[in-house]
Amino acid sequence: MSLSGRDKTIVKSFWDKIGSRSADIGAEALGRMLRVFPQTKTYFAHWSDLGPDSPQVRKHGSVIMAAVGEAIGKIDDLTGALSSLSELHAFKLRVDPANFRILAHNLIVVIASYFPADFTPEAHVSFDKFLMRLAFALSERYR
Amino acid sequence: MVHWTDKERSTVRAVWEKLDIDQIGPEALARVLIVYPWTERYFGGFGDMFTATAVLNNSKVAAQGKVVLKALDRAVKNMDNIKGTYAALSRMHYEKLNVDPDNFRLLADCITITVACKLKGDLSPQTQATWQKFLSVVVEAMGSQYS
Repeated sequence: MSLSGRDKTIVKSFWDKIGSRSADIGAEALGRMLRVFPQTKTYFAHWSDLGPDSPQVRKHGSVIMAAVGEAIGKIDDLTGALSSLSELHAFKLRVDPANFRILAHNLIVVIASYFPADFTPEAHVSFDKFLMRLAFALSERYR
Repeated sequence: MVHWTDKERSTVRAVWEKLDIDQIGPEALARVLIVYPWTERYFGGFGDMFTATAVLNNSKVAAQGKVVLKALDRAVKNMDNIKGTYAALSRMHYEKLNVDPDNFRLLADCITITVACKLKGDLSPQTQATWQKFLSVVVEAMGSQYS
């Protein structure tokens, strides 16, 4: 399921549309993931506050989106772009890669709610494909 | 048996009341077919589904979308026995339609995303959590008769 030229164009232009709201979107998606899929909280037991207004959640949400933005800038080589993050998640954080799918779902829910008219089924499939490729690149170094 | 608090029951009902089945059903099913195109294997007689536009304009997809959401209404009205409510439907999807039950999860996700487009901020994290719990029970019930 590789990304077509059309997928890349759609993802890039949607990212431009998201613009400065990316940090808010990341924070909200992470907060929703922790709330809606409580098993994901097991990776953040070291945070004192896992609520939606938690400064830790907000900060980490924007860190995640910055990485997504960087990946979009290097969309032709996601594996290379995410190599060191993959090592981090594989060897230090040891996050079950199944959770990348869960975060992706919540990112999509938030983006859909912020941009309902723009998040057409065509945009949805390109974004879903991109996030799956991102997850795959992030799990590249696991084994 | 699944335990529902009063708040969860009213949350599910409140979300459901905001939805127009005739709009949400077709859109959710169209998203499934467009975002996960292998699901087209279950809809052989539906005609042209080769492009997103074709799927979105396909009257059989729209009709089936309404059928699916009408069936979800039964779960909303029978939250204390979703498994029993869907036993026959589960068996039919297994024995007659040969549907891989993972597809129920894909459909549930697309319903949630369609609902997010419609409700926007009204689908708060709290509401999404309850809605997700409800759909997870539905998905499990739909897979319950596979053996």
